[in-house]
Amino acid sequence: MKIHSRQVTGMTALPAFEDHDRQQTRYTTCYMCACRCGIKVTVENNQVRFIQGNRNHPVNKGVLCAKGNAGIMKQQSPARLRYPMRRKPGSERGSGEFEPISWDEALDQLTERLARIRATDPKKLAFFTGRDQMQALTGLWAAQFGTINWAAHGGFCSVNMAAAGLYTMGHAFWEFGDPDWERTKYFMLWGVAEDHASNPIKAGIDTLKRRGAKFVSINPVRTGYQAVADEWVPIRPGTDGLLALSMVHVLLRHDRFDWDYLVRYTNAPWLVVDTPGQKGHGLILRDRDGNPLAWDLELGDVVDASLPEIQPALFGDYIAPDGRPVRTVMSLLAERYLDDEYAPENIAPRCGVPAEQIERLALEMAHVAFRESIEIECEWTDAYGRTHDRFVGRPVSMHAMRGISAHSNGFQTCRAIHLLQILLGTIDVPGGHLSKPPYPKHIPPGIKPARDMAPNTPLKRPPLGFPTGPEDLVIDAEGNPLRLDKAYSWDAPMANHGLMHMVITNAVKGDPYPIDTLMLYMANMSWNSTMNTAQVMDMLREKGEDGEYRIPFLVVSDAFHAEIVNFADLVLPDTTYLERHDTISMLDRPISEPHAAADSIRQPILEPDRDVRPWQEVLVELAGRLGFPAFTTGDGARRYTSYQDFIVNFQKEPGIGFLAGWRGAQGQNSLRGDPNPNQWQEYADHQCFFVHHLEDSQKYYRFCNRDYLELARHAGWVGSTDPIVLELYSETQQRFKLAGQGLYDGPMPKRPEHKARLVNHFDPLPIWYAPLEQGRVDLEAYPFHAITQRPMFMYHSWDSQNAWLRQICAQNFLYMNRGRAASMGIADQSWVWVESHHGRIRVQVKLMEGVEPDTVWTWNALGKQSGAWGLARDADESRKGFLLNHLISELLPQRGDGLDNVTNSDPITGQAAWYDLRVRITPAKPGEVGAWPQFEPVRPLPGMPDSPDQVRYQTHRRVNLRRSLWDVLTRGKGRA
Amino acid sequence: MRLGLVIDLDTCVGCHACAVACKQWNTSGTTGPLTDESPYGAAPSGVWFNRVRHYEVGDYPHTKTVNMPLSCMHCDDAACVTVCPTGASYKRGEDGIVLVDQDKCMGCSLCAWACPYGARELDPRDGVMKKCTLCIDRIYDDALAPEDRQPACVITCPAHARHFGDFDDPDSTVSRLSRERGGRKLMPELGYEPTNTYLPPRSAPAVPTADVRRGSLMSSVKDWVNKAIAR
Repeated sequence: MKIHSRQVTGMTALPAFEDHDRQQTRYTTCYMCACRCGIKVTVENNQVRFIQGNRNHPVNKGVLCAKGNAGIMKQQSPARLRYPMRRKPGSERGSGEFEPISWDEALDQLTERLARIRATDPKKLAFFTGRDQMQALTGLWAAQFGTINWAAHGGFCSVNMAAAGLYTMGHAFWEFGDPDWERTKYFMLWGVAEDHASNPIKAGIDTLKRRGAKFVSINPVRTGYQAVADEWVPIRPGTDGLLALSMVHVLLRHDRFDWDYLVRYTNAPWLVVDTPGQKGHGLILRDRDGNPLAWDLELGDVVDASLPEIQPALFGDYIAPDGRPVRTVMSLLAERYLDDEYAPENIAPRCGVPAEQIERLALEMAHVAFRESIEIECEWTDAYGRTHDRFVGRPVSMHAMRGISAHSNGFQTCRAIHLLQILLGTIDVPGGHLSKPPYPKHIPPGIKPARDMAPNTPLKRPPLGFPTGPEDLVIDAEGNPLRLDKAYSWDAPMANHGLMHMVITNAVKGDPYPIDTLMLYMANMSWNSTMNTAQVMDMLREKGEDGEYRIPFLVVSDAFHAEIVNFADLVLPDTTYLERHDTISMLDRPISEPHAAADSIRQPILEPDRDVRPWQEVLVELAGRLGFPAFTTGDGARRYTSYQDFIVNFQKEPGIGFLAGWRGAQGQNSLRGDPNPNQWQEYADHQCFFVHHLEDSQKYYRFCNRDYLELARHAGWVGSTDPIVLELYSETQQRFKLAGQGLYDGPMPKRPEHKARLVNHFDPLPIWYAPLEQGRVDLEAYPFHAITQRPMFMYHSWDSQNAWLRQICAQNFLYMNRGRAASMGIADQSWVWVESHHGRIRVQVKLMEGVEPDTVWTWNALGKQSGAWGLARDADESRKGFLLNHLISELLPQRGDGLDNVTNSDPITGQAAWYDLRVRITPAKPGEVGAWPQFEPVRPLPGMPDSPDQVRYQTHRRVNLRRSLWDVLTRGKGRA
Repeated sequence: MRLGLVIDLDTCVGCHACAVACKQWNTSGTTGPLTDESPYGAAPSGVWFNRVRHYEVGDYPHTKTVNMPLSCMHCDDAACVTVCPTGASYKRGEDGIVLVDQDKCMGCSLCAWACPYGARELDPRDGVMKKCTLCIDRIYDDALAPEDRQPACVITCPAHARHFGDFDDPDSTVSRLSRERGGRKLMPELGYEPTNTYLPPRSAPAVPTADVRRGSLMSSVKDWVNKAIAR
């Protein structure tokens, strides 16, 4: 044994534990979840010795979560796919019989099929992706192919948060904004939110608690971050909007709102036409050029509301020059929320939060916002060219994600939370909620969804965009949906992320039309990423009268043997995250921090030991083979030799590409510049990320900050330097409402249920309505709310088959309130039946105190199909673990009315409403144990290794630290 | 020196990052590998030096969830060392780290019975006892950057709830935090004098509301009189 040369005085010499000369350290970006932390990977003997957080990285600043620390076991997974495969000719889909084929064969076959679709009817290709973060590339690919049937998984993830934020304040929770952790003095966390972005939130909670800031958590369940909250508010699921609007009521009653902020930065003083029952009612009063109008107190007349230096009335009823009565937005707002309907004593019984607590929480925030304001002395210039000597901050911040989003009232609830934030003057101010570049954007971003398609022709617009009225819907002249998922139809007019959860059902029904090929990437659509799992599996196997599968061809790309692989006709094996190049791009979902624009890359740390290819490489290859204009030169030759070549040389507009760092021929430009052939190397040389720090004068009030907006225009983040006016009042919402009322100059729905949905659920000011499932099932028969979350050590990870993480938890339970369970005779760890309007499952119960009594919950996605993911057939995940998905229908509960065939989603955005679920619980009979339903075990794939019975991972033999005989003999006293 | 950990229960969110970082480092560390049994089968179990337990205190709705990472306390008077019949378990004089010499351990598990903190785990394949080393193979490795010469669990903790240092040094972070935050030892009544220290949850800060309550409440839009504020 080599003795280390180092001698510490008074200490026994230690051996050299690590042979650093044989280790290499490289940087890349984690992909164990959606957080995109920077990692430093030490490699030894071509194996990963250690993965640690990169201290210099803007996202995680050195820390790493349980998932990131378990990357080794992802790389060791026996479930890694090894080579392309096709369903064995003559075998039935879903039987799991595959045969390996070469990449050439796989790509030839796929190219031929796709070329035929593209040349005839491009919409017959549906391309949907899961938790990938390359939507700028996949969206471009779909647009170049010419199909509008593309989206990622946002429709069942959190589109409500993105949409509500982008239509209200030009950014959002999610990855588009963060609390000002350094300065906030009061932090309110709404609902399950352990996901975006997990490490920064943990670090942020530590930062604010260290300073003595208060942390309030509103959540039916006290786990996760709620555990360390200073105050826990166990709310009834789906009623958060009521709580938020009741707090708005309290603020108005006590006259506590930021008057100056509302006048200067929001549309609160804009005039709204007040002619109920007539066309144009509820729309903003505008001048001939379309500028919004306000009432100027000095002039005593209407005035262009976008002008500086006017003195707009915040409150008031006036007569417009054309004689129509008008009211300010603030008058409408105050009148609505001052109503007794929103009084805490009336809201308390509905959301389960005592009236006194509602009032106190609202006033605590008012105190912090207005009595503990922050002023940062800094000269800055507003969008009108006026200089100011300080930034005024209201140090109240909030965060919300899945718990708000996954209800069918999530869009309006999220709007209600933003309303609360804006009334307090807390958006993009010191101590408040800060946007992250490339946000804020103008409201909404100026991209409209594509509608028209033609053979062999790229779309003129991206498949997804931001409608501002019924004329932007993707429907035909009769009002029928044009997209397979019915996004942007009357079913879900503002479905900005598509409805991935409807794709298989709609395609199999041929409603609105059948397709030819469904391409899925990293999306487990036959298992945990679908509603109605059991029937969706049957749908994938379903054949028409012609004997052909209803979905004729299913292409799956994934790195692992997920449940969906079993149903593929063609399997294209992806690499792991340590074996690939990737960009986390400013065109997509970058890693920016509030005061820094940042993007990053992945680079291969290990060579794949399997015949696998990164999906992005496959997409670039297919784009070249299919001759997409953006991927070929004028003579049809391929423009890009590889994904890396594409990333360097593709330009969205002159000087703007996927990566913002080291642009220009010499790498001399940031944010905008010519392509740089050495760009990848520059990223690799700089720990795989690029950061552009904002100047102090650009850090706050960015919706109206000249220096920031000029930078944003230069960088291509916004199209103009016009100020971004926060929209308390959404005219877009009102246009749809008018269409429902038959009062719109433009497309209007014909079916009564569509009219009713527009009238009842769209509103220019946030409203609350009961989650839709509650209106269609017998609430006494189904007395419990059932919700899910994922544990922090698995949140947003692709699976739970990681050999280390599954030791923390391999079985999920149904958690119930202890007192409530006792009253029903349900014992801890007993088995129960859980039934919804849609189905039943048998699960094991665990009792706890920290859950609201009308709520039951479980860890999502822990249950696995037997045989998948390299797990043994008797693994806990399949024998004891379960999915709640079986109970959740992708359609609304059946009532024999016009809504029976309508998606179980938010009626505004199409966000899958999986938190709306209502269930009843009954004890299982003696002897009824084990999770139910069970499914036929998935067969092993050809050539896959058997999963080991034991893992003894190490990258070098251990160097034991020996205790000397002298020390043993003296019982450790010898040295002393 | 008396090296050990301070764990802040006010900010520990129970994410298990520390546990997995420990597993990751130590499986190739001085007592590795840390064998995993049935890693893809029923009832998977492996050797871990650090496990996070979750407890509830109080009844609904006045309940609090406490996340409790537990690893070797590196006791001053360690029962595991006292009972070890082979001399494999020992406490280092120079820094107080309690270790197991893998070559001397015969896997009798007496130490695991003696330890009240559940900090020792028998590796069934190697037949020897394994436990937290405070990452002795990191903290003295001068090839690592100074800030990396800390246990893996400490450098990874996303909530910065874990701190490493010398409790004999009154100016160290761990001593200062223990002093200022009322650090507690676990089960001190047993007399093993554990080194690791837990910081209890802080009490919720009080936020006044009297100064923003209005006597006469607004009841109608008409109650507001416009202010002359230039946009």
